[in-house]
Amino acid sequence: MKPTDPAIVWLEEKPLGLAERLYLPLFVQGLTTTARHLVSPKVTVSFPEERPRVGNPLIYRGVHRLNKDAQGRVQCVACFLCATACPAHCIDIVAAESPWPDREKYPESFQIDELRCIFCGMCEEACPVDAIELTSLLDLTGRSREEMIFDKEKLLSVYDMTKDAEPMSSAGLSGGSAHAHAGPQVSGSQGGAP
Amino acid sequence: MNAVLPSPTTIAALVKIGLLVGGLMTAAAYLVLLERWIAAWVQDRKGPNRVGIPLTKIKLFGLGQPLADGLKIILKEDFTPSHVDRVLYNAAPLLILAASLAIFAAIPFGSVLPPLGIPGLPDPVPFLVAPGLDVGVLWVFALSSIAVYGVLLGGWASNNKYGFLGGVRSSAQLVAYEIPLGLGLLGVVLAAGSLKLDRIMEAQAESGVWYAFAQPLGFIVFLVASFAEAARLPFDLPEAEQELVGGYHTEYSGIRLLLFLVAEFLHMITAAFLIVIMFLGGWHLWGITGSGQEVTWIGALLRFGVLSAKILGVIVFFMLVRWSWPRFRFDQLMNLAWKVMLPLGLANLVTVAVVEEYRPWLAERLGPAGAGWVALGLPWGMFFIGWLMAGLLTPSGTDNRPIRTHGPLDAEHALDTDLVEA
Repeated sequence: MKPTDPAIVWLEEKPLGLAERLYLPLFVQGLTTTARHLVSPKVTVSFPEERPRVGNPLIYRGVHRLNKDAQGRVQCVACFLCATACPAHCIDIVAAESPWPDREKYPESFQIDELRCIFCGMCEEACPVDAIELTSLLDLTGRSREEMIFDKEKLLSVYDMTKDAEPMSSAGLSGGSAHAHAGPQVSGSQGGAP
Repeated sequence: MNAVLPSPTTIAALVKIGLLVGGLMTAAAYLVLLERWIAAWVQDRKGPNRVGIPLTKIKLFGLGQPLADGLKIILKEDFTPSHVDRVLYNAAPLLILAASLAIFAAIPFGSVLPPLGIPGLPDPVPFLVAPGLDVGVLWVFALSSIAVYGVLLGGWASNNKYGFLGGVRSSAQLVAYEIPLGLGLLGVVLAAGSLKLDRIMEAQAESGVWYAFAQPLGFIVFLVASFAEAARLPFDLPEAEQELVGGYHTEYSGIRLLLFLVAEFLHMITAAFLIVIMFLGGWHLWGITGSGQEVTWIGALLRFGVLSAKILGVIVFFMLVRWSWPRFRFDQLMNLAWKVMLPLGLANLVTVAVVEEYRPWLAERLGPAGAGWVALGLPWGMFFIGWLMAGLLTPSGTDNRPIRTHGPLDAEHALDTDLVEA
C-alpha cells in the first residue's frame, strides 16, 4: 500500500495540553502505574513446584491417549485416518483382524513418536470413533529418543491416568452396538478439571 | 619502631577504605539483584528467586544470585578482538572503575563516630576516607569527569562503530549535563558556604531545612542531570541496547565487561549519595538523629542507617523511573540540557544568591522566622515560574509526527510523481 492510497485514514496527533506540557502530571501518572505493577499479583508460575493452570483440559493439546471402551478394550478400529491426517507423520499403526465381533480391524501396534508430534490435534479431529485424544498433560520428558516413542500400552495407560480428570469428549460413540452408552464413570465426572 | 609503623590516621584511613570498597562492591552486586527484582516485579514477574546457598537446597529468596552472576562472568572467556587498540582497550575498564571508586574518598557515608580515645587519632572520627579535604565537591566532579574518559576510551579502542557511537554520545551527553549538574550544585555550595560534603550535610541538619525544600528548582535540575550523568534511563543513550548493541562496551567480555558494569552501578550509587547528601539532608532526619557533632554510638549508627535508607530510596526511585519513562531521543536530550535545565539552573543560582545576600537584612527587618519564610517562598515562587515557563514555551518539545509529503487530496498527482521518480 502506498502512502498516497486514498483508503489510508491519516490520524493527527492531538496537540499537547497544559498538563502534558508541564510534564510532571504525566510523569506522576507513569510512576503510579509502575508502582502499582510493582506490588500487583505476579503471573509467574514456579513450574516444578507449582503446576500451571490449564484453562480447559478438554481442549488442551498435550500428550496423546488411546481411549478404552466400557469393556476395557482399545477403542481404535485401525482405520488409519489419524495417521493420514497427521502432518508430522508421527503415527505408526499396524492393523490386524479384530478378535471381537463388533468391528473388523483393531490396531495390533499403535505407536506415536512424541518427538515428531507437533501437537496440532489433527488426529483427534480425524478419528471417527474418538479413540485418540490429546490430554492436558504438558510436561512430557524422557531420557532417550526410544523412550519418547509411545506404544499402544503406554498410550492406553495415559488413558487410565487421565480418564477421571478428563472424560472422553463424546461418550456416545464408545464401544460397539451392545455398549452404545458410556459407563457411569465417564458421564459422572464431566467437567472435573484437576 | 615508630618510624616504621604507620600512624593511627593512616590505619584509620585504610580501615575506612577497606570497609568502603568492600561495602561498595557488595552493594553493586546486590543492586544488580535489586535491579532485576524491580524489573521483574514491575513486569508482574517474580524475578530471580532460586539461587541460595551453594550445594544446598536453601533458596533464601535468590540472595545467592550475585555470587552466581559474578562467578559466571568472571569464568567467561575474556576475549580481545584482533582489531582493537590493545593498550587503550585494556586501560579503559581499569580507568573507569578506578575513577568511580576514588570518588568515594570525598563522600561521607555517615556522620561521625563518638570519640574512640585512640592516641594520635583526631576525635570524633568522621565517616569519611579523606576528612580534611576542603575541595570535596570538586574532587567528586573532577573524578566523575575522568570516568567519562573510560567510556570514551573503551568506545574508541574497540574499533567498532557501535562502541564508537556509544562513546561519542556519552561524551556529548556528559559534557552537556555537567553544566546543569554544576549549577544545581553551586546553589547548595552558596547556601552551605562550603565545598565539604560533610559540612553541607551539617548545614542542613543545623537549620532542619533540607536543600530540596529550600531550593526546589536546583533539586530538580540536579536530579535530572544526575540521571544523565549516571547514564540511566531515560538518558541511557550511550548504551541504548536497541540502537547500539551494547554501546561503548560492545566489544568487551568477561571480567573487563564486569568492570564496566560495576562502574556503571557505582555511578548510580555516587549519584544517589550526592542527591541525598546535598539535597535530602544526608544523615539528618527530624527528631531522630539530632544535629550536633556530639553523638553516642547509637546515634552514630542511627545516622548511618538514615543515610543508607535514603540512598536506597533514591536508588529504588532510579530503578522505578527506568520502567516508567521511555528513552529520550538525542536531540530531545540536548534540548533538555541546554534549553531547559541550563536556564532553570541559572535561575536557581540567582535566586539562591539573592536569598543568601539579603538574609541578614531580612532577619533584621522581619525577625529570623519571617526571614526564613521569605527565604523559602522566593525559591518556590521561582520554581513555579520556571516550571510554567518550561511547560508553556516547551523549548525541548519537538514534533514527533511523521513528515507526510503526500496529502490525501493530491493523491493522484503524488502517485504520478512517485512513478516518475521510481
